[in-house]
Amino acid sequence: MVSAVATHSLGQLARDQLERAWEAASAVVDPEVPVLTIADLGVLRDVQIVEGFIEATITPTYSGCPAMNLIALNVEAALEEAGFVMPRIKTVLSPAWTTDWMTEEGKAKLRAYGIAPPAGKASRRALFGEDEVTCPHCGSGNTQRISEFGSTACKALWRCKACAEPFDYFKCI
Amino acid sequence: MTETPLFSYTLRLADNALILGHRVSEWVGHAPVLEEDLALGNLALDLIGQSRSFYTYAGEIEGKGRDEDALAYLRDAGGYRNALLVEQPNGDFAQTIVRHLLYSAYAHPYFDALTRSKDAMLAAIAAKAVKEMAYHVRHTAEWTIRLGDGSDESHRRTQNALDELWPYTGELFENDQIERALIDTGIAVNPSDIRTRWSKTLDEVFEDATLTRPRDGYMQSGGRSGRHSEHLGFILTELQYLQRSHPGAKW
Repeated sequence: MVSAVATHSLGQLARDQLERAWEAASAVVDPEVPVLTIADLGVLRDVQIVEGFIEATITPTYSGCPAMNLIALNVEAALEEAGFVMPRIKTVLSPAWTTDWMTEEGKAKLRAYGIAPPAGKASRRALFGEDEVTCPHCGSGNTQRISEFGSTACKALWRCKACAEPFDYFKCI
Repeated sequence: MTETPLFSYTLRLADNALILGHRVSEWVGHAPVLEEDLALGNLALDLIGQSRSFYTYAGEIEGKGRDEDALAYLRDAGGYRNALLVEQPNGDFAQTIVRHLLYSAYAHPYFDALTRSKDAMLAAIAAKAVKEMAYHVRHTAEWTIRLGDGSDESHRRTQNALDELWPYTGELFENDQIERALIDTGIAVNPSDIRTRWSKTLDEVFEDATLTRPRDGYMQSGGRSGRHSEHLGFILTELQYLQRSHPGAKW
């Protein structure tokens, strides 16, 4: 009976810890798109207790994403600040990140920030297919791609033919 | 020969990505227009990112404590296993674009097949890389069409680039003893399985670009076993300068 109680409260303690750890880690923002948290992006995959230490799992958006090192450092710092000793950061490649994991809240934040969120499902996108992208400024669908590659690996350059404003489009992958 | 086939195979994938990534990065600050400067920088970044994953894994397979940096910065030209195609000079813009089209039209179906590898790590790296290479095919195909079906001058330069680089494509489809064992066990991709897809992608682009596909004649070979053109030495001189001059430097 005593041990059952102890197990129960230990389980509760672990759940509380995990919840606090997730809260701390998920508040870390993307250094290049600072309106999005890594939870909005789907970059933060998991938080677990491993061998008594908190371990956060993250996944890169692109193989060469230069923000990954900084994100890992910031997650570590956020967990330490929340009181977790020697937190561990694990990077996994599989399953490969997709914009389908971006939350609806994240997409709304992107739009408000002036970046068009990924349009449609990544799985439906053909190799030579063209996205239908809505201007984040005026909402027009009369837009045109200027370049497949923008200021970061995850974005493309577009312009709106209705309001004539250029904008970044978060690519659908 | 103490290397395991899996180590050699992974190193070939890594070296292809790093050397082409370095070549493309040489354009940064020199591209014809700002948008293309950004594009080429992004293409290079994808490739260098892929190479880092492959190098890290190769180091783990080898188990001698070499990390991605040791493998990239501390091997001489003879130790590099990239195909000769990716070390060819940038030349003019047409040559850079055609070289990249020939490679990415190959790498895209190749990584697609590698996602089904029995080796979980290779499959995971490939699953990321295949999405990136789709963009590389699209971008370089669009440019090839624009240049080939453009002015007389751009057509001439693009056809020249294609004729000049074609003899380096045969090597992409070779498989030797190292790879055959891995192909038989479902770890490595058999490049002949993707040749039709590669060929079809190119034929479609060449048709729109009004380019003539060169005939398969004599094919260059050797890079994958460490026999390189003179160009690789110059690439490594720049790439490895810092670690060679200040061994172990960190920042």
